[in-house]
Amino acid sequence: MASTIRVRAISSGDITEVQALIQHPMDSGYVKDAQGQAIPPHFIQQLTFEYDGKAVLVADWGPAVSKDPYVKFSFKGAKKGDELKVSWVDNTGSSDATTAKIQ
Amino acid sequence: MRVRAFFSSALTALWLAALATATAPFAHAADIPDPAADAKAFRDYFVKKFPKLKLDEFVNGPYSMDEDMRRQWEEKEQFPPYEFALEAGKEMFSTPFKNGKSYADCFANGGIGVRQDYPAFDVKEGKVITLELALNRCREANGEAPYSYVKDEMASLTAYMAFTSRGKPFDIKIPDDPRAREAYQEGKRYFYTRRGQLNFSCATCHVQSPGERIRAEILAPGLGILNAMPIYRSEWSGMGTISRRFTTCNSQIRGVPLEPQSDEYRNLEYYLSYMSNGLPISGPGARP
Amino acid sequence: MTTRDFSHLRRLILKGTGFVVLIGLGQIGVGATTARAATDKYPEDAFRQKTDAEAIKALYGKSADASDQIKLDTPEIAENGGVVPISVTTTLPGVTSISFLVSENPNALAASYLIPEGTVPSVANRLKMAKTSNVIAIVEANGKLYSATKEVKVTVGGCGG
Repeated sequence: MASTIRVRAISSGDITEVQALIQHPMDSGYVKDAQGQAIPPHFIQQLTFEYDGKAVLVADWGPAVSKDPYVKFSFKGAKKGDELKVSWVDNTGSSDATTAKIQ
Repeated sequence: MRVRAFFSSALTALWLAALATATAPFAHAADIPDPAADAKAFRDYFVKKFPKLKLDEFVNGPYSMDEDMRRQWEEKEQFPPYEFALEAGKEMFSTPFKNGKSYADCFANGGIGVRQDYPAFDVKEGKVITLELALNRCREANGEAPYSYVKDEMASLTAYMAFTSRGKPFDIKIPDDPRAREAYQEGKRYFYTRRGQLNFSCATCHVQSPGERIRAEILAPGLGILNAMPIYRSEWSGMGTISRRFTTCNSQIRGVPLEPQSDEYRNLEYYLSYMSNGLPISGPGARP
Repeated sequence: MTTRDFSHLRRLILKGTGFVVLIGLGQIGVGATTARAATDKYPEDAFRQKTDAEAIKALYGKSADASDQIKLDTPEIAENGGVVPISVTTTLPGVTSISFLVSENPNALAASYLIPEGTVPSVANRLKMAKTSNVIAIVEANGKLYSATKEVKVTVGGCGG
């Protein structure tokens, strides 16, 4: 199955700007479907970005993060061609991971 | 009611603008249509109403009308919500049918960079063919079941095709055929006819009140209104096609929505697209 | 789980003691139980809290002082409460985490980010807002908590939506 994670990591000097968009419903559990039944909560709880074996960002998310969640941040010390690992785990125990090359 | 006052003043403005260009759009209704003059009057009306706006900006709908909304949109465009549909569309488009043929076989230039030519008038059939219709006909001609017109696969496919035409100006043609001119006129008539319990025409919102609010939403100008299609609407939490927007718009004014790709809708799309000739395709797009 | 433990442990890890902490994936880098609890345990309790005061207390164990060194970027009127682009950037030194709260949401805490050394203290994300509410950004820097607040209006979409 294709990855749910889309990453763009662009380095400029010492700084690498990372943007990630993840395909995930991020259901809060508060929304009802057409039949009036609450759609159960289904959301990413933790999203991790790792460079050189170390976390460069750890996102702890609740259901108030939007559907198809997005995050942007920057970190120092990487260069073009290096790899960035992105992984997430959600409240149902599902997970996904991908590795992106820094441009 | 304010609405009526605005309508009559806006309509007056439109008529005056039309008269100024030596054409009275409604006076000629029973005579030979003059789409080129209509398009010029339409464009002039909006340019006059928003003198600070560059012509191409009109394709951004409500985002060209409000600064706060524009910033939110620009931030989301960095990594837009239609990204997944676009990717899916590209994959679908390149996947052959069971019989080995593909979408590329149904379109000029393999379907790449052709979106701006739709809708087109098919002289053999005597009808307006929209992109959505063409895609489903392609599927059926190749032994595949047609897709729903309003979202999902149809939205993904049209998203991809729009993307390959990004930046290209709308280039809708009305052939020298009375049936084509009639289809155009029908579309125009639909656009200006009031309907539904709210008694609104398309023009009520999109010609008379662009940039103003209806409840909490900011209205898009009619000029360039289809250029960003298909769209990811925050309201839908998903993608929707032109068919989806036409049907939901009818529902929202408490009218009875027509079947997607009905004659009226295809003619409406023909008229509206022609009005935006020269403005760039910006789809797929995002909207509130 | 206090901030002090967390900072100390993180510094230990980041200074290259040779341990790789695979966060949230069930692998323990450092032998002691404080490792996961301090650095990577999902703050379940904080996400369950209703008010922003309770959530901040559950997450950090202290309260925050307003700071003008935090730039919180929000729209004035959210286009749609489901996807509100919100970002924070700060000139405070020694930032270790940034959190976002939406006061009027059923549970105030929306997101919390651990900012390791070497990461720029600036995060942009898209959050859901149930209704017009204060958005609060919390920045944890050098063991202290700072905050910035902005009100964002959320309206029901017009046109029958």
